[in-house]
Amino acid sequence: MQRKLMLPLGLSLALALLGPLLLPDYQVTLVNYIGLYSIVALGLVLLTGIGGLTSFGQAAFVGIGAYSTAVLTTALGLSPWLGLLVGLGLTGLIALVLGMLTLRLSGHYLPLGTLAWGLSIFYLFGNLPHLGGYGGINNIPTVSLLGWELSDARDFNVLIWLVIAAVIWLISNLLDSREGRAIRALKYGTVMTEAMGVHSGRSKLVIFVVAALLAALSGWLYAHMQRFVNPTPFSINMGIEYLFMIVLGGAASLLGAIFGATLLTVLKQWLQDLLPQLFGQGGNFEMIFFGILIVLCMQYARAGLWPLISARLPKRAGGTPAPPDLDTPPLPRREALPEHAVLLRADGVVKRFGGLVANNNMNLQVNSGEITALIGPNGAGKSTLFNLLSGVLPPSAGEIHFRDQRIDQLSSRRINALGVSRTFQHVRLVPDMTVLENVSLGAHRRGHAGLLRTCLHLERGEEGALLAEAARQIERVGLGEHLLDEAGNLPLGKQRIVEIARALCADPYLLLLDEPAAGLRHLEKQALGALLRRLREEGMGVLLVEHDMDFVMDLADHVVVMEFGEKLASGLPHAIQENPAVMAAYLGGAE
Amino acid sequence: MDWYVFTFLTQDGLTTGAIYALIALALVLVFAVTRVILVGQGDFVTLSALTLATLQAGKTPATVWLLLGGASLVCVKMLAAAAREGRLAQAPRILLMQMTLPCVLALVCWLVEPATLPGALKVLLSIVIIAPLGPVLYRLVYQPVAQASVLQLLIISVAIHIAVIGISLWIFGAEGFRTLPFTSGNLDLGEVSISLQSVLVIGIALALIVALYLFFGHTLYGKALRATAFNQRGAQLVGVPTDLAGSHAFLLAAIIGAVSGILIGPITTLYYDSGFLITLKGFVAAIIGGMASYPLAAAGAFLVGLLESFASFWVSAYKEVIVFTLVLPVLLWLSLTTHHVEEEQH
Amino acid sequence: MSGDKLLEVQGLYACYGKVDALLDISLRMRRGEIVSVIGPNGAGKTTLLSALIGLVSSEGDVRYAGQALTRYHNVAERVSRGISLVPESRELFAPMTVEDNLLLGAFSRHRQGHRDQHSTLAEVYALFPRLKERRTQAAGTLSGGERQMLAMGRALMARPTLLMLDEPSLGLAPKIIGEIFQIIRDLRSTGVSVLLVEQNARAALKSSDYGYVLENGEVALEGPAAELADNPSVIDTYLGRKKKNTAPVEELTAIG
Repeated sequence: MQRKLMLPLGLSLALALLGPLLLPDYQVTLVNYIGLYSIVALGLVLLTGIGGLTSFGQAAFVGIGAYSTAVLTTALGLSPWLGLLVGLGLTGLIALVLGMLTLRLSGHYLPLGTLAWGLSIFYLFGNLPHLGGYGGINNIPTVSLLGWELSDARDFNVLIWLVIAAVIWLISNLLDSREGRAIRALKYGTVMTEAMGVHSGRSKLVIFVVAALLAALSGWLYAHMQRFVNPTPFSINMGIEYLFMIVLGGAASLLGAIFGATLLTVLKQWLQDLLPQLFGQGGNFEMIFFGILIVLCMQYARAGLWPLISARLPKRAGGTPAPPDLDTPPLPRREALPEHAVLLRADGVVKRFGGLVANNNMNLQVNSGEITALIGPNGAGKSTLFNLLSGVLPPSAGEIHFRDQRIDQLSSRRINALGVSRTFQHVRLVPDMTVLENVSLGAHRRGHAGLLRTCLHLERGEEGALLAEAARQIERVGLGEHLLDEAGNLPLGKQRIVEIARALCADPYLLLLDEPAAGLRHLEKQALGALLRRLREEGMGVLLVEHDMDFVMDLADHVVVMEFGEKLASGLPHAIQENPAVMAAYLGGAE
Repeated sequence: MDWYVFTFLTQDGLTTGAIYALIALALVLVFAVTRVILVGQGDFVTLSALTLATLQAGKTPATVWLLLGGASLVCVKMLAAAAREGRLAQAPRILLMQMTLPCVLALVCWLVEPATLPGALKVLLSIVIIAPLGPVLYRLVYQPVAQASVLQLLIISVAIHIAVIGISLWIFGAEGFRTLPFTSGNLDLGEVSISLQSVLVIGIALALIVALYLFFGHTLYGKALRATAFNQRGAQLVGVPTDLAGSHAFLLAAIIGAVSGILIGPITTLYYDSGFLITLKGFVAAIIGGMASYPLAAAGAFLVGLLESFASFWVSAYKEVIVFTLVLPVLLWLSLTTHHVEEEQH
Repeated sequence: MSGDKLLEVQGLYACYGKVDALLDISLRMRRGEIVSVIGPNGAGKTTLLSALIGLVSSEGDVRYAGQALTRYHNVAERVSRGISLVPESRELFAPMTVEDNLLLGAFSRHRQGHRDQHSTLAEVYALFPRLKERRTQAAGTLSGGERQMLAMGRALMARPTLLMLDEPSLGLAPKIIGEIFQIIRDLRSTGVSVLLVEQNARAALKSSDYGYVLENGEVALEGPAAELADNPSVIDTYLGRKKKNTAPVEELTAIG
């Protein structure tokens, strides 16, 4: 088990087992509420702090969980467990539809959509027939679990905090996996993840649905603990408060969720007693306080308060995880190709942006076991061509083939699956993941474990193989000593090399490198050159865009020069160096 | 439904639609210039209406103290910044620029018996008290985090809205207010009877929209604001100070909100927290315009107004649900038609 | 050429993101001069201009027209003091008309009134007749060369003392590059000083009085433009040819 899990798991288990024995009635109830809020907040941490999406509608999902079981158990007299299933099913379905409608749009449509949705559902709870209007539904039955009747707050204390312990375990399992790395990469943009073969839209949908299901679970617990529901606790204001909890606590950590839920609940209780004494009755003074607190928090401590506290806690030794076991059997590889076979061919490729023609009638061929360099002055259209070849942009005309398959209309994810792997000119690593985790993102497509197996950590065999593969590629590019460092802490030159290791993890036939030598020192450049020569010997095709001419001319088998979006010249390196047209392109012709 | 009901509902829908159109325009404007989704836009509406109602009741509105307090905080921040950068010589200028209007307004409210003011002056006073709250809000809350992501700015917007309705409840109490109608006459055109009040509201809203159009299309300053929305870097390079552009966008939004409050005050009973629903309906309209198109947003606003008006006749309990459910098909349509290219920076 | 100094840069250090883009740059220019900064990609040329206009923060001693540049805190203040930048990416207001783009260029002079604006506009139209023909067209519909002209015209609307051009020839066809450089030379007669950043070294040096070669964030070479143009080591920095018999830096500066 990971060490960072010990504190939250220990805390929730302790509350589950000792809370009912030690705490007075009032505190037990308070701890129960904190627990119910924490379950929702944990889902929001996954969604917002880790995934970079936001929802104001979590209270509505809590409401669906609560009302589903309330109606089924009272009006229809069915089992609470069926109520749980129906609540989760209904919530999942709604979240799926809402997510599919908004997740393809820019990031602010989901929260706006959830605001509108959260308001609507509140009015529905109050007005739909059979839901008891604003008065609510009474006499919801108790739950019994294997003969244990949960009849009072102390019983629920045990159940709620056991549930939290389970949720923490499941979510951390999820985050510490192939699927989890894809989720943690989401908020840094999807161009990179898609190019690594990750279905980012699916990852977004997964966390939105999981967060909604956790909210519904909290609602189910609430309904059977209170044995009464009415619309008030599911209003949009409560949806906003859930978000406040994690902003305050720390949106990116599981413990931050529990801390935020505790802080907000306790502070609210205390302020509701204190403030009216200062300002008189008839106000929601604590909401003024929280509103301003959140603004200050966003201005001065954007990561929330928990990170500030945990930085002061004593660090326990041995916190770093062990490196992967390199004896793990390697992942299956693609079948080898003959040398000098045509890998990539672009014919008459055109790309227009409005009135500008960025690429015009561009032709290019890359063979296996060869290094092809693409050079040209700034603005010649090299980056555009790179984006066309890797599927980030579709060409306006022309055809691109990879090993006899036409790829110009395929997504970057599909092109990656065929064996094309790339790096980015502006480094796109996940700064708060280790080098090992970043590189293993490249092997995403080579793993297959589903969500359920992942959450239960039943995919450890596959996970070990993926990490071992990543470690081998890191070793290969010479960054073995940085295996467990956070990628964001490396100098930029080394980050570029990490990108190469990540690309290699996909076991590609063709490597597309965008300015790999920029920012490298002399010795590092030599090492990179040596690595690329080795890859060439192993039969890999390499296409690189590079401005360091010493580097290019020493290394490339074939050089293609672009100017004004067109091919100006191509040939052997020294022929290019002496080509008058190329010289003019770089230095400017005589006017 | 008979002809009479139909014309009444249409009138009603167009009148509220005109106000939603103003709100939607302000939302699109602020979003374009500052990337802030201004959840508090509707709060300007309620604050201005409730301020007017207080003045009409012959009492001093506490919003003027809110303005004075806010402006003082801005002043303190600016003075602190000036001191840090060794520009203390500018202190008198900062004080003069930031505090003159709030102090004058406070003095007026303190010295003059509100009941003695003529009706038009009360309206003017309400607008002049609420409008500067826009720039105050921008400088205190948003300017320090101008580089934050849209999502973080949205969370801030929601937080400040929550604080503002808390303050609003504190100073105005929980009961609803309605301001005095501008006029009570009816215009009878054969079978159709049109209330002059509606005509006035729609007329003023349209006039304001035209004024905004002229401002953005034909004045250097309006063009500079628009240019900032299109290309912030470009605007910076021609010498438009970007924080000033942000604060002026907020000023415009607050003016639009304050005028909307005056217009809607006599039609609808407003509570301290009514602003939220008003903003959200403006959002529905703005989303119809893809958060970018002014004419589509205005058209969407009239659609929202009409839908709400007819829904309240047929299924009154579900009128909000119906209006907000309109978002779903719109989102579906947007999601099928836009090819969203993600922002480079995060 | 008058002798008085317009810009003096001593030990300028600026970083952009995590890369140290400029290390200890020193540079001088006099009023009415055209000075070129050339060098391969990634040498820090753009960062130099961004630091001078105030888009990126920098350390070091920069004096502009005798005053410390740090007196002017932000881009807007520097623009109103007569420094203008035409960035490599042009940064036009694409949906707005050519004329609106130009008028916005005079934003920093809006207190001077309409008449001033329109006389400046007439001067810019005289310099770029093509823009006058296109004045009601949206900037986004212009060709590459016209966009560059509009970007330059917009910067000139502020009546700058120091005009900084970042890669004005970028992505333009040779014939248009010729036109643009002719206009740059014409500007000298109107008293505008030009700091020119270019990859197109030959065209730049041909139009300049003095030149600096930047490599890896440092000044590798400097000297009168005509001499730099003939210096073989300049060519080597671009095409990655092995260094051979280059004139030492000291020698060149001595000439300058």
